[in-house]
Amino acid sequence: MIDGFKETFREEAEELLSGLEGILLELETKPGDPELLNAAFRAVHTIKGSAGMFGFEAIGRFAHDLENIMDRIRSGSLSMTKDFADLALSCRDHIRTLLAADEDPGPAIQERTGQLVEALRAYAAKGSRADGGESEAPSEGRADALTDNPDAGGEETVWRLSFKPGQGVFRSGTKVLRLLEELSELGDCACFPHTENIPELEKLDPEACLTSWDAIIASGKGPDAIKDVFIFIESESEIALEKIEEAAILQEREEPKKLGEILLDRGIVTRAAIDEALRSQRRLGEVLIEKKLVSKEQVESALVEQEHLKRVQERQVDTGAASIRVASEKLDQLVDLVGELVTLQARLSQTALGIQDPGLTGISEMFDRLISQLRDNTMSIRMLPIGSTFNKFRRVVRDLSLELGKDAELATEGAETELDKTVIEKLGDPLVHIIRNSLDHGIERPADRLAAGKPRSGTIRLSAMHSGAYVLIQVADDGAGLDRAAIKAKALERGIISPGADLPDQEIDQLIFAPGFSTAKTVTKVSGRGVGMDVVKREIDSLGGTVLLKSERGHGTTMTLKIPLTLAIIEGLLVKVADEFYVVPLSSVDGCIEIRSDEVVERDGKRIITYRGELLPFVPLRTWFDSPGEAPAISQIVIVNALDSRIGFVVDQVIGDYQTVVKPLGRLYRNVRGLSGATILGDGTVALILDVNRLSQAVKRDSTGRAGRDEALLDA
Amino acid sequence: MAKRILIIDDSAAIRQSITYILNQEGYETIEAKDGQEALDMLPTLDAIDLIITDVNMPNLDGISFIRKARELVKYRFTPILVLTTESQGTKMNEGKEAGATGWIVKPFSADKLLGIVRKVAE
Repeated sequence: MIDGFKETFREEAEELLSGLEGILLELETKPGDPELLNAAFRAVHTIKGSAGMFGFEAIGRFAHDLENIMDRIRSGSLSMTKDFADLALSCRDHIRTLLAADEDPGPAIQERTGQLVEALRAYAAKGSRADGGESEAPSEGRADALTDNPDAGGEETVWRLSFKPGQGVFRSGTKVLRLLEELSELGDCACFPHTENIPELEKLDPEACLTSWDAIIASGKGPDAIKDVFIFIESESEIALEKIEEAAILQEREEPKKLGEILLDRGIVTRAAIDEALRSQRRLGEVLIEKKLVSKEQVESALVEQEHLKRVQERQVDTGAASIRVASEKLDQLVDLVGELVTLQARLSQTALGIQDPGLTGISEMFDRLISQLRDNTMSIRMLPIGSTFNKFRRVVRDLSLELGKDAELATEGAETELDKTVIEKLGDPLVHIIRNSLDHGIERPADRLAAGKPRSGTIRLSAMHSGAYVLIQVADDGAGLDRAAIKAKALERGIISPGADLPDQEIDQLIFAPGFSTAKTVTKVSGRGVGMDVVKREIDSLGGTVLLKSERGHGTTMTLKIPLTLAIIEGLLVKVADEFYVVPLSSVDGCIEIRSDEVVERDGKRIITYRGELLPFVPLRTWFDSPGEAPAISQIVIVNALDSRIGFVVDQVIGDYQTVVKPLGRLYRNVRGLSGATILGDGTVALILDVNRLSQAVKRDSTGRAGRDEALLDA
Repeated sequence: MAKRILIIDDSAAIRQSITYILNQEGYETIEAKDGQEALDMLPTLDAIDLIITDVNMPNLDGISFIRKARELVKYRFTPILVLTTESQGTKMNEGKEAGATGWIVKPFSADKLLGIVRKVAE
């Protein structure tokens, strides 16, 4: 491919050079003509600029010398003589020679280059005697500011950055948020926006950037790497970068910096003001704000720094020796006990509410706070960074690509994402399987990849990130993508679909999750050992997660696993239908609306409501679960986000936020769809936890909400 | 959706190589051989995510192109990168004043080009 560009460049350069010859000859008759000088300069300049791009470095360097002198003649600091026209013509001929010689000029040509450069310099020296002249050194310093900066030792340092973009940055097409994103890619970063300069709406100029940021960043990259993020707007912005301290020193400090110290460091307040403020025993920040010594934003920004330093420090302690190993059963017991306590606490607060004794209510509220802290704490003990398992996958990819004669690499992202330990353990096998599949079916052989114009080596990108109460784990390859025709043919052969079925692409893709499905023509050692994607899906389902699949023929496949952070305790919305209680996981609830029975629109037998301008299907849980009795005149609809769509569930009453300890339903109910577990309420009643995704799938298949329900509910 | 990038340079070699590098990474590209041609194209194009323009070009040079493009409502905030060989910064400043977002100094490697494109267009 590069050779093709080279040829084009050569043709263009030839054209420019023959043009240059004409210009130089004309210059002999009209010495000093500014038009001609400019044209000559532009020709040399263009050759210089492109030469380096296509492997003609020698031309680039040589043309640079010639260009320098032409520039000085053009600007009048050097005079143009007949000698120069001769010299320039020789140079022009020499560039042609270099062009023909390609990358490997022989010694004779190199010698000629040396002579000509010598002659050019001599000409410059001779001419500049008149203006007392220093010869102008090319200042290449800034040119490469964006090339990779060598890591400044790799030692992690904490920096404080104050970044105030010029008001006009939007007008030059700059995306400021993208810059902050780039900043956070350099290391552990916390940003605080200053919005105090934004006026009221009617005075607001929406095209002006009025926000500024303070950022604290712990990064192993040097200060240049941080400053380079803002390279395009540094002239119009105020950017100050300050080293706070080496992370290593931070570790030795007993505790992170006090708010006062930080404000003092930044030069916002004086020592005396702080001492005075400290004397009155209130929170320092509040006092300083009240006295108008600092603004609220300044304090909040400093607090962000304090928080961040604390985190950096904790992380260092984490990686240090200050950890103990505990048998995981003990941890599980602890979680169970905390679960019991949470349940008991719910009963206590309900009882206290009934008795109306101020003393008891006080205790109950205090207890409530402590329990939720205890719960969060216990949960965090079980959280592990997912990165520890990533290494295992790297090995899988390496070994397997050797075995299959393919060339592939694993790139990982978000290794620090934390996830419940049991979830991580259960994720291992499905992930290995997905990665194997990507390698086996997705990534093409090197020859095929080259033929398709892709780099020889394929890439499998494994990334993890938090998204609300979920973790998204993505396996993306740049391989061939799903072969939908092959999938359809195979599904027909296996009797998974019936002949003549017209399926949209999305549903064809889903077929690979069907039990007993495998499209590999020959059974390799890797895939096709009887464990299909159906097992992967089942395992992810059992974790309460979902699998999303996206594939583009020729460009690769992306599989996204959406996994709940933890399995043991969830935040739920407690609702009531007839006399029964149900819990909807709060993480999937989008909103609640009231509905009167006359507001319902029926369309093709589907029940539809308008929610925020969108038409949504809904299903009455009363009908779905065969609850007795009549629905009230006004019911509530809980709108939930399921998989890729929204759906409403009609309930009699929404009771409220409820901390739910998830209990499994037991073997007998294993095949019940639409329910993921149960929980015990404060008064001892059992509430069922809705499996929103499954339920919405079942509803989709059966839009009337009644017929076919049994089949969907009992999926045996 | 793939990002669409308009490349303006009078050198076909430069256009082709930038196109090649960007297509490899899944960007969509459109080429114009000078500022005037690009300016004539602008109203008919929709959803351009980035413009990369050379400075020295016949008919309409890069700096004037940027000034004119910024006058069009549709391209007021579109990121524009200037291709420059000047390392002294004069063209960079001229470019910025005209409304460019940033610059790329020739010669550049594929990685450097992609790094800058990601920086302003993602």
